[in-house]
Amino acid sequence: MSDVIRSAIDLLHAGDDDAPPPRLAAEGLRLGYGDRTVVHDVDLDVTPGALTVVVGANASGKSTLLRGLARLLAPTAGRVTLDGADLSRLPNRRVARTIGVLPQSPIAPEGVRVAELVARGRYPHQGIFRGRRSDDDVIVAAALEATDASSLVDSRVDELSGGQRQRVWIAMALAQQPRILLLDEPTSALDVAHQVEVLDVLRAEVSRGMTVVLVIHDLTLAARYADELVVMAGGRIIARGEPGAVLTAEVVRQAFGIEARLLQDPDTGRPVILPRSR
Amino acid sequence: MTRPLVPVLDQMKGARPSRAARRRDTPHPGGRLPSFDRAEGLPTACAATVAAIEAGRARDRRRAIGVVAGILVVIVAVGMLALALGDVPLAPAEVVAGLLGLEGTGGAVFIVQGLRLPRLLLALVVGAALGLSGALLQSVVRNPLASPDIVGVTGGASAAAVLAIAGGLTGLAVSGAALVGALVATSVVVAASGRAVAGARFVVIGIAVAFLANGIVGYALTRANLTQAQSAWFWLVGSVGSPSWDDVALVGSTVAVAALGLVAARRPLAAQSLDDGSARAIGASPVATRVAAMTGSSILAAVAVSVAGPIAFVAFASGPIARRLRGRSPALGTAALVGAAVVALADLVAQHLIPGTLSPPVGLITGAAGAVVLIALLVRGEQAGVDRGAARKGTRP
Repeated sequence: MSDVIRSAIDLLHAGDDDAPPPRLAAEGLRLGYGDRTVVHDVDLDVTPGALTVVVGANASGKSTLLRGLARLLAPTAGRVTLDGADLSRLPNRRVARTIGVLPQSPIAPEGVRVAELVARGRYPHQGIFRGRRSDDDVIVAAALEATDASSLVDSRVDELSGGQRQRVWIAMALAQQPRILLLDEPTSALDVAHQVEVLDVLRAEVSRGMTVVLVIHDLTLAARYADELVVMAGGRIIARGEPGAVLTAEVVRQAFGIEARLLQDPDTGRPVILPRSR
Repeated sequence: MTRPLVPVLDQMKGARPSRAARRRDTPHPGGRLPSFDRAEGLPTACAATVAAIEAGRARDRRRAIGVVAGILVVIVAVGMLALALGDVPLAPAEVVAGLLGLEGTGGAVFIVQGLRLPRLLLALVVGAALGLSGALLQSVVRNPLASPDIVGVTGGASAAAVLAIAGGLTGLAVSGAALVGALVATSVVVAASGRAVAGARFVVIGIAVAFLANGIVGYALTRANLTQAQSAWFWLVGSVGSPSWDDVALVGSTVAVAALGLVAARRPLAAQSLDDGSARAIGASPVATRVAAMTGSSILAAVAVSVAGPIAFVAFASGPIARRLRGRSPALGTAALVGAAVVALADLVAQHLIPGTLSPPVGLITGAAGAVVLIALLVRGEQAGVDRGAARKGTRP
């Protein structure tokens, strides 16, 4: 990772107080759409200051769980708590100063420029009478540097490639200066270089005390970057813990219905997954 | 390659310490803003990005000032013509004298202030109300078809007004009926379009309501006698030909209140122009903002329509025209000015350029001309977009 990116991340955290990282937890959380329940009574105490990756097959409920944790979907039973307080009872703007979210397919307003979009991440820190401040520009710039998107600052968001757009949205979430960051498939539209770059940025954020939860599909990348892996199947958490301990052939079979060989990355000691067949 | 960021920023802004630097000593309550003392060794790249952000904002501001100044010039020119032309033509000096109330200028004061000014002002405020109403609704529903004249708001006003006219009512009672009709139509559309209150579903339900309203208008017209039917038809096309100062004050104050509200709500409006998930994520309440904006939009449309009738196309076209001019959305203030200029200009054309003894209502002109202008702007914008795309791919020098 370049010095520019590292010091940009430092700048984003320059104002952090020494308070312990906030705790996000799901308690008996049931989520669904209409009559269909997608996540069944999940308990999950997100480890503060760690990078948690949620993996699972399509329709296993991982994105829905993330939406629930991000208060974008109201629980049908149970609750999500932030430092013990029910998330749905806290003022949304206050929550937004603590929790940043990258939804799965965000939509930018027509014709909006990158700088302007990222600046919307400052919204929870502003008010009717407390408008934009020059600090906001510095933070927006740092967020753009951190995601390697500063060369796009004058571009229109709807003219960007999928990968560029993804990085700009991550920059918007970083500009919020949250303590907890929830990202739904932040690497889905990225080439391998930018996947690694985004995950490196998230790791650097974690090393500065950020709590990160993300959903990704690539099991090897997940195992490579996660402090903690949460494996979901059928709307339930079937395994949770360090990647090396959690990711076994049995768990992969349960979660994805495939046979897989597991190797060990000689450099990192993390598991590498080689899918075989059904 | 790395230099401390803050000194660089200070250099960029000259000798005066930057606001960021001055604020270093006053920690922010609540918001987590960095104290820059700890921000040592930051890259110059960051400062360059800050400069680019500021330059971009300055460019936007210059363009906004240019566009607003241009529209104001058009409005002043149209206004001068509207006050000067007529059965008794006035010289520019006489118009000014009439405006200032200087006596001894051969009745200029009466002609300007008594006859022509109310009509001009009514055209301006009605246009501004319609432009603002349309652009606001299009912006919060995120759909260019969501304009009050398409989703049944003005349709509801028309139906109620024509029913009132057919029932023998006149004047203020007709305006009141139109107001009620618009609000009823809006409520029906909002109630039927579900919790999200946005997107294609809202537009489709709105179009259905517009058809329903149209049916009511047809029914009422078949029941009315000939005089009532003619009066209803005139109202339906939209006209500012019978102005009163009360009308001007009503519409003008509504526009003023709406403008203040929009300035206060500019951040929530900007936040909700993202998708609902992203808007919630940054701490906004998109649905509440949207419902409030819709209420404001339909009151604006209803007040304008209740006074001047459903002047075609202004609410629909002002937003897209403003967006083309400003190069960004939603450009609500610009849309209001565009609406004002369009209605004033169209009324000028209707009064003086269309031959015949009876000047046609302004709605005929806006309907015909607005369509042409919008198509021209879209075609031109399309070509510009194609050119940009080609240049990016390197197929053009």
